[in-house]
Amino acid sequence: MKEKYKSSKWQEVINWAQKRSLFMLHYCTGCGAIELPPTMTSRYDMSRFGIGPAATPRQADILLITGYLSTKTLRRVVYTYEQMQDPKFVMGFGSCTINGGMYWDSYNTIKQLDKYLPVDLYIAGCMPRPEAILEGFLDLKEKIENGEAKGYKKYKEEYEYYKTNQKKVLGEVKRRQ
Amino acid sequence: MIIITILEFLLIAIFAMALGLLFMGIARKVVARTQKRIGPPFYQPYLDVLKLFGKDAITHGFIFDFGAIMAFGGMIATLFFVPIGSIYLYSMSGTLLLVIYLMAIAYLGMAMATVGSGNPLASVGISRALTQMLGYEMPFIVVLLTLIYSSGSSSIVGIMQAQQGGFMNWNLINVPLGTLVAFIALLGLMGKKPFDAPIAPSEIASGPVVEHGGKYLGLLMLQHAVSIVVKTALFVNLFFGGASNILFFLLKMLLVWLLATLIGSVFPRFKVEEGVLFYWKWPLIGALIQAVIIIF
Ligand code: SF4
Repeated sequence: MKEKYKSSKWQEVINWAQKRSLFMLHYCTGCGAIELPPTMTSRYDMSRFGIGPAATPRQADILLITGYLSTKTLRRVVYTYEQMQDPKFVMGFGSCTINGGMYWDSYNTIKQLDKYLPVDLYIAGCMPRPEAILEGFLDLKEKIENGEAKGYKKYKEEYEYYKTNQKKVLGEVKRRQ
Repeated sequence: MIIITILEFLLIAIFAMALGLLFMGIARKVVARTQKRIGPPFYQPYLDVLKLFGKDAITHGFIFDFGAIMAFGGMIATLFFVPIGSIYLYSMSGTLLLVIYLMAIAYLGMAMATVGSGNPLASVGISRALTQMLGYEMPFIVVLLTLIYSSGSSSIVGIMQAQQGGFMNWNLINVPLGTLVAFIALLGLMGKKPFDAPIAPSEIASGPVVEHGGKYLGLLMLQHAVSIVVKTALFVNLFFGGASNILFFLLKMLLVWLLATLIGSVFPRFKVEEGVLFYWKWPLIGALIQAVIIIF
């Protein structure tokens, strides 16, 4: 519905700004989160690319899932994702989000993140080093510029698919506000 | 005639927003350099605002919207009473006290938005902000009354004109202790580091703005930009003698802002009750001593 009102030129300007200013919400349950502080601070300083940490889901553009997700935290991640405002992007971080990594046969973690949330970009590695993380961010920027990072639209279009997958591991998702 | 007036108001508002965003960018760069980082480009805040206005936004009801607009409007209204360089719209007496009152409106707007959002972290944040206001306003008001007494005028323009005629007439020289106290109060006014308990991002997730996303956050960023301009301009007018030339004025503002930023970039933060206690101890004593010296 929104698309009608946004002329493509305006959208380009927004994409241009969006690319250069990304607020990141890092969901630090996995062990890979330990690589984020060096990425943010003096050594690798990601703020020179216009990427900064956001304090709450409402303010964030990127949801960074840093590693394995137990089924219990998946529910919180889904809430967090749904609270974020559109254009929003999900980045899977570490092999745990790709195929389960070293938790591939665990009974209480999920194996493949993009069954539950529309992942725009994966960073492989266990755990990826700050250089790899920055590389990932630069790739994401390129995707945004080209209008390829459309995960949030996909989530709306294929809502049924994601919801059934989520329900399979979580049971009925009850929302209490 | 009326159109010209409206244009004037609009121009000043837009100018203040642009200037405030520039100051924010410079501050981010300076903080980054003190931490041995490269830091974002100085125009980063412009991009942030543009991006935020391109995002979707979710509202939490009428009070939430109204609060955000009231915060923004309150700050803009304050701006019109603060002279920037030789440009001023009002010069009647009492503007100084009016500005102090108007500044509180922005906070009350934030408080309303907080109530509308119903987020507990936001309430904690805004209650901290209002408590802290209680702290820094006391010494600040004492210094302001001293200034009104010494320069015999309660309008900002009047105080500015009383300092004309060179460096030695500035309140910085005549009221040194008061300037120091007012500067410490300014840190609290702007929510700079030792006194940034209201927005503590790591503990209460950025406090009052916790529920503001997308366009709302963009609006509040603009509000913050204007508030920076208002507060630094007020300080320059009161203690650095204002300026007849806009360029000099901007330079002085930048000086004050950089000083506050540098202090903010090396200090940890006070707990809110510690902050209030601190304000009621040394700055208040300093302000009272200054008042006694000036009056007798
Ligand atoms: S990918 Fe490796 S480092 Fe990352 S969460 Fe999984 S096990 Fe930990």
